[in-house]
Amino acid sequence: MIHPVTATFLQDSSFLSVLYIIAFSLFIQGLRGLSGPTTAVRGNRIAAVGMAIAVIATLLQRGEGNWGLIALGIALGTAVGVPAARQVRMTAMPQMVALFNGVGGGAVFLISWTEFRLTRGYSHTPTYVAVFSLFAAIVGSVSFWGSNIAFGKLQEILPGRPVTLGPAQQVVNLVLLVLAIAAGVDIAAGDHSEAVFIGMLVCAALLGNAVVLPIGGADMPVVISMLNACTGLSAAATGVALNNTALIVAGMIVGASGSILTNLMAVAMNRSIPAIVAGGFGGGGAVEGASGAGEHAGAVRSTSAADAAIQLAYASRVVIVPGYGMAVAQAQHAVRELTKELEARGVEVSYAIHPVAGRMPGHMNVLLAEADVPYDQLKEMDDANPEFQRTDVSLVIGANDVTNPAAKNTPSSPIYGMPILEVADSRSVIVIKRSMNPGFAGIENELYYDPKTAMLFGDAKSAVSEITAELAHI
Amino acid sequence: MIVASTLTTNLAILVLAGFIGFVVISRVPNTLHTPLMSGTNAIHGIVLLGGLLIVGLSGNGSFSKVILVIAIAFGTINIVGGFLVTDRMLEMFKSKPKPQEGRERSDPTEASEAALSGAESDGKPGAS
Repeated sequence: MIHPVTATFLQDSSFLSVLYIIAFSLFIQGLRGLSGPTTAVRGNRIAAVGMAIAVIATLLQRGEGNWGLIALGIALGTAVGVPAARQVRMTAMPQMVALFNGVGGGAVFLISWTEFRLTRGYSHTPTYVAVFSLFAAIVGSVSFWGSNIAFGKLQEILPGRPVTLGPAQQVVNLVLLVLAIAAGVDIAAGDHSEAVFIGMLVCAALLGNAVVLPIGGADMPVVISMLNACTGLSAAATGVALNNTALIVAGMIVGASGSILTNLMAVAMNRSIPAIVAGGFGGGGAVEGASGAGEHAGAVRSTSAADAAIQLAYASRVVIVPGYGMAVAQAQHAVRELTKELEARGVEVSYAIHPVAGRMPGHMNVLLAEADVPYDQLKEMDDANPEFQRTDVSLVIGANDVTNPAAKNTPSSPIYGMPILEVADSRSVIVIKRSMNPGFAGIENELYYDPKTAMLFGDAKSAVSEITAELAHI
Repeated sequence: MIVASTLTTNLAILVLAGFIGFVVISRVPNTLHTPLMSGTNAIHGIVLLGGLLIVGLSGNGSFSKVILVIAIAFGTINIVGGFLVTDRMLEMFKSKPKPQEGRERSDPTEASEAALSGAESDGKPGAS
């Protein structure tokens, strides 16, 4: 048994506050480490230590009782979380992040719910506590269901294309939001009915579904960042309700991080956040794409792996433009092999990464890092674009919309104004693609009809491996 | 009065933390945005603390207890899974400080880390 004096000291609220301050300082210090790849691993571990301190401090504070429930919950969570984190493939990372984000949101609204039950509908509780707790319940529930839908779409359990109610969609969303807020206001104003609380959770749950279902796969990076911000903010609100500084600081930092990323993604797609949330992007684009296809039909030049290999072997500078297609085909290792082969022949190879390539921010960088591509070969859009003019061959692997010159040249295109990788500036272009089907956004790509573009049809992984094999014969 | 001061103190912390978040996160390069997202994801698993605090209070019925166990499990998944997966991703970035020649020069610890993470990616199911 712990000595009584020690026990008192360990439960002293100032001591615990100090532990919380240490914990959130470690979070901030850890995130600072993420500003560079060399310090990032340590940064993440520092943040994890901060989390361990915060958890231990909380366990000290709470004293007696219900240890069994805590042990059960933590054991269950560890049994699910550890294998999931260890086994997930790098290509499936967007789904995984969506899922982890979802459970966070789930924890938030479940905690608010028990808080409601425990205080018998926030009776004898300051109104602000009720307000923050209710806010956390609504946002946490939206985040939980929204993240699960995002997971379903990314995992292809649900259709990636927008599922929408049509023009009624916005009205339905608005009604659900108003109902959830009205229920929250009713409870904050003194209604102790649990039925109203459950009704509020249901409205928020439906809202989470209704908001994410109409969003197409191409907008997923924005949605995941946004849901991440939501869970962070709801955690911060829980912190205010429970008067817990560690929760407030950590939640707000995540909220800020998610907001910054959401904004960056939206800018990189030239889309406003409200427009993405309103959904329906894919539909309009598909119609235009169809008319565009008629115009261009037959003008596509296709090539073979052997010809592509020759073109690449005699280039002095090659830029590889990876996209989601590379991720789907798990082609990152094959791409790395091709790069090695080309470098052995004295070809200068770099990678141009669009901010929204893939299904989450920075997804391509993770995949290429997995395949041991040195990160200083990876060029961000602003650095890559001026270089295309002195590039002999741009090799586009499974990227589509982010290379579409229509974003610069065709004011009527739905993606007009979106910053793109200016692949069309290079001397020649090879596009590896499964078929002529338009991408997630459903927009025809003018690049494919450019006379200097050659299409190599096929699965990204086998096409790249074939080129590498052909290189050996040159 | 005491209630009001707790609220205002907490609001001050809330606002300041938001600003710190903006400053710190703005410096993270695009390259690391996926690990950033999964790392911050792990951090909001801190709601686990909320579950831990409430579960100790008396007056919880059995239904509340079930909800709380689920909440604690969710929070734990969020934290443990999030940090592990971020660590896995970042190890892949760390193992190559410089292209080619940098690797020759790297110290033994880094070399063994490179080998470790290499082995890990080999162990992953290939695409077939």
